[in-house]
Amino acid sequence: MTFTRRIPVMAAIVFGGMFISSQAAAEASRSAVLASTCFACHGTDGKSPGSIPSIAGYPAEIMEMQLRTFRDGTRASTVMDRHARGYTDEEIRMISAYLSKLN
Amino acid sequence: MTQFTRRKFIQLVGAGSATAALSACSTSPSVHTGRYGRKVVIIGGGPGGATAAKYLKRFGHDIDVTLIEPKATYHTCFGSNWVLGGLAQMSDIAQTYGALQDRYGIRVIADTATGIDTTNNTVTLASGETVSFEKLVVSPGISMRWDSAEGYSAEVAETRMPHAWQAGPQTKLLRRQLEAMPNGGTFIIVAPGNPFRCPPGPYERASMAAHYFKRFKPRSKVLILDNKEAFSKQGLFMAGWKELYGDMIEWVPSSEGGQVERVDAQKMTVYSDGGFNEFKGDVINFIPRQQAGAIARYTGLTNDTGWCPVNQQTFASSTHEHVYVIGDASIAGAMPKSGHSANTQGKLVAAAIVRALDGDDPVAPSLTNTCYSLLAPDYGITVAAVYRFSDGSIKGVQGAGGVSPADASREFRTQEANYARGWYAAITSDSWG
Ligand SMILES: Cc1cc2nc3c(=O)[nH]c(=O)nc-3n(C[C@H](O)[C@H](O)[C@H](O)COP(=O)(O)OP(=O)(O)OC[C@H]3O[C@@H](n4cnc5c(N)ncnc54)[C@H](O)[C@@H]3O)c2cc1C
Ligand code: HEC
Repeated sequence: MTFTRRIPVMAAIVFGGMFISSQAAAEASRSAVLASTCFACHGTDGKSPGSIPSIAGYPAEIMEMQLRTFRDGTRASTVMDRHARGYTDEEIRMISAYLSKLN
Repeated sequence: MTQFTRRKFIQLVGAGSATAALSACSTSPSVHTGRYGRKVVIIGGGPGGATAAKYLKRFGHDIDVTLIEPKATYHTCFGSNWVLGGLAQMSDIAQTYGALQDRYGIRVIADTATGIDTTNNTVTLASGETVSFEKLVVSPGISMRWDSAEGYSAEVAETRMPHAWQAGPQTKLLRRQLEAMPNGGTFIIVAPGNPFRCPPGPYERASMAAHYFKRFKPRSKVLILDNKEAFSKQGLFMAGWKELYGDMIEWVPSSEGGQVERVDAQKMTVYSDGGFNEFKGDVINFIPRQQAGAIARYTGLTNDTGWCPVNQQTFASSTHEHVYVIGDASIAGAMPKSGHSANTQGKLVAAAIVRALDGDDPVAPSLTNTCYSLLAPDYGITVAAVYRFSDGSIKGVQGAGGVSPADASREFRTQEANYARGWYAAITSDSWG
């Protein structure tokens, strides 16, 4: 019983995830434009093919916190501080929310 | 007249797209018909055009995207100085169009665009074929100004004095010349005045040549003759050169004889100040002044600067409706002509076009640039910026961006050198992968 009930739940999670992902990418919104600037360094959808860390899969609050600490200099970096200082609180929220919806 | 245009349009492109075009003119709005077969054509498969193609597919629904690019293999200029320094091979900087075709369903036509008809919205190809569009993106990069100095020409560039400012055969030629140069030889780089493709490029090139000479021809010199008084990341470059290469690299600004006016390819000599100064090189890399790619000039997209004016919020051409210009060819406010700029502009123009096709207002632009330069394999520096659109042009956000710190540790420089390679991997996969 338990076994048969779990399968549909898992399927729903998987399909739900895919749906959100394709929807998040397939919009020409301000959030999409803001967040896609990150992909030049972090890879498309934040999945890095090289030495710059991947940024895919962070919950929005964790991403916001990271960008704020880069921006105010409490987290040391080579270049992220110079980028993070370009965004307002509102923009950081938009970027983080958009990225958290990608797979 | 209208009837004629419509009929011709139907003949050219078939019923599907014609429905879309007609519905756009009709008074009864029908979202579904309007969306069917929306055609966007892109000229040029560099970082600008390739990114625009991919992101049109990502941001939009049911957009039919065609990319026109004659080269089956595109060599990036970014990383090409690393090839000159012996840090990378030509195969490391080669990009192809397979992923854009197979993963995103973009139609790639291996041909050169020869004309744009803005009455009928078609592009003519060298083969004679025409391709119709609702929106057209033009990202043709640069073409050289062969009149940059007396005695200079395309033939001189292809034989004695390569520019290597478009990667490919020119990069190979310059690399071969550097390899053949004797120990104790002089390598001259003639750098152009602003604006030009990749402001830190000549100085990264000087660094990579010095890195190669230090190992294999330590008595050699790198002489930069500059047609300007200052250059990108100058303080960082000069400090790094001293630390890494002593006095191997010498920089001559325009006011001190750096402004080359004449070249003699047979004598391998360049002249400045009306012939008062002459400089003889064993290898001479003459980087000429530049302008927008030829197709942009032949189709009236440029102004008298030789570059293309655009609405800097959307990159829509100031001269032709339904045509957008991005990348090096465009006049993009404070943004430098870089691969990173072209990539970020490709995304913005994709969003602008999707929104225009959907009848939505454009979004507020957000654009970025970062130019990584290697001074040695383990020594990297950057200049970064985040851009906004305000009062009609693209401007850097105050307080953001800037260059790497002057007092950074060697460890910091090594980290940036590693991230330079990471940036290459990311931007190429983001543009072509
Ligand atoms: C030595 C050097 C180092 C560089 N390093 C960096 C760096 O580290 N970081 C960075 O961000 N940038 C760097 N750049 C700059 C970067 O290479 C350019 O800014 C970038 O390539 C511009 O992209 P684009 O799409 O505008 O044009 P291009 O890359 O020139 O692409 C244009 C494409 O259009 C095609 N084309 C032209 N005309 C037609 C036509 N009529 N029909 C069809 N196709 C056509 C061409 O074949 C070409 O493939 C460097 C440049 C140089 C020279
Ligand atoms: C110029 C390239 C570049 C751009 C553009 C860029 N980043 Fe970064 N990012 C880096 C590098 C390099 C690091 C490693 C820290 C450092 O040294 O700066 C990093 C680190 C990070 C980290 C920490 C990741 C971890 O796991 O430690 C986050 C989060 C991040 N970036 C988010 C973003 C977001 C969001 C954007 C877009 C708004 C963005 N970055 C744009 C280069 C970039």
